[in-house]
Amino acid sequence: MTNLPLRSLSIVAFLALWAALAALAGRHDVPAPSTVLSILIREAQSGDLFFHLGATLARVVAAFTLAMAAGSAIGIAMGQSRVTDRLLDPWVILMINLPALVIIVLCYIWIGLTETAAILAVSLNKVPNVIITVREGARALDPKLSEMAAVFRFSRWKTIRHVVLPQMQPFIAAAGRSGLSLIWKIVLVVEFLGRSNGVGFQIHLYFQLFDVASVLAYALAFVVVMLAIEFMVVQPVEQHLTRWRSKPA
Amino acid sequence: MNSISPVGGASPLEVRIRRKSFASADRSETEVLRDLAFSLAPATFNCLIGPSGCGKTTTLRILLGLDRDYDGTVRWPKPDMRIAAVFQEPRLLPWRTVDQNVRLALPDGASPDLDTLYRVLGLAEMRTRYPAELSLGLERRVALARAFAVMPDVLLLDEPFVSLDEHTADRLRDLLVDLAVMHAVTVLMVTHNVREAARMADRLLLINGRPARIVGDVMVPMPRSARHGTDFGLFLEQLMRQHPGTVRI
Repeated sequence: MTNLPLRSLSIVAFLALWAALAALAGRHDVPAPSTVLSILIREAQSGDLFFHLGATLARVVAAFTLAMAAGSAIGIAMGQSRVTDRLLDPWVILMINLPALVIIVLCYIWIGLTETAAILAVSLNKVPNVIITVREGARALDPKLSEMAAVFRFSRWKTIRHVVLPQMQPFIAAAGRSGLSLIWKIVLVVEFLGRSNGVGFQIHLYFQLFDVASVLAYALAFVVVMLAIEFMVVQPVEQHLTRWRSKPA
Repeated sequence: MNSISPVGGASPLEVRIRRKSFASADRSETEVLRDLAFSLAPATFNCLIGPSGCGKTTTLRILLGLDRDYDGTVRWPKPDMRIAAVFQEPRLLPWRTVDQNVRLALPDGASPDLDTLYRVLGLAEMRTRYPAELSLGLERRVALARAFAVMPDVLLLDEPFVSLDEHTADRLRDLLVDLAVMHAVTVLMVTHNVREAARMADRLLLINGRPARIVGDVMVPMPRSARHGTDFGLFLEQLMRQHPGTVRI
């Protein structure tokens, strides 16, 4: 990590700029970094911060898993079968152009203000993106390896696990990466509109109180959580999955 | 062509391809095979010889069940025959190790003596390597190991030794013959190398023409141990005189 000093410099510069602007504005609704930090510490000590972060994180994980599983399955089916692709393509175009807010409102009205509705709404927003990315990968599957699997009578499951999924891995990883950030943003909207816990709910609360410092505190806390997931889960998993690629000399 | 009597009461593998054609880009049909018929007696080593582009690989793909768009029949002696193939390219799964590639091809419950097989093929040190870390020659050996490990009733090979150095190719040829004889495998090997075919096979099937058909069906008249020196040279010369368009040495 030779770029670590540069990165640290960049973060320090950002904080300094923020502090300077806050001092210049001198207003209650433009809080200084130190104010936000003290709120973070207060919320962490009371335990509220971790309760709400946990609630949001659980929804992110559930919606992400659901969207990736459904989107990958549909995407592979569409990439492999022209008939399926033609049948479902208009639906995908419809879904991807439907605003997130419309899907959320409809889910809440039809299913009720429940956890099921919240997670389903978030997943439905993400599924079409996953489908489109994964479909590209499924169209590029190597027929030579599929033939090998057919000749050696691989079972359906064996073929998917050992022949198809490894070829799909870069596409699924790409869908996952863009998915994680999209999903947590939509989870916040869902919580804002119809849940009684989570980061989105807290932001709703502090929005009504015009408490910008607390809004920022919760938003930043969750960004930190997402960064931790990136470095502690996403990157090690990717490294493990691509271990067979010969290392660049 | 029905004159070959089955060995040991088992019935032969019968191939009757009445017609096989490909549609070209300009929608015209090119007929590649017509009235191509032969049967393979159990536990015999057969080579399909012909100039490149004459339809040898197409014939093999039909036998492997990879091309079903043809007029004719392929009748297997038993419905649940174990088939293995060695393709022109090794067709290994790049994301699985040598050992995993071989084991994945095994039928459920099979536990062949892989240690011996790896040792014989010179792969003992390579079991945990990924295909990208192997030379083409080693990859070809893994493809052979995979085919043998299955303990097939019928083994189909498509130019398995091209682009190998002569020394390695010779060793692998001997190995293939030994294993095929030892396990009473019915072999059909596609090649354009007549010398290679005449050294290994019990029987040579010569195909040529557009559309291609069988133009010669020759039993190799000497035991494998005697296939060198002047007698073998004379046999090859005679073959060349009788089939000048098909046999070139």
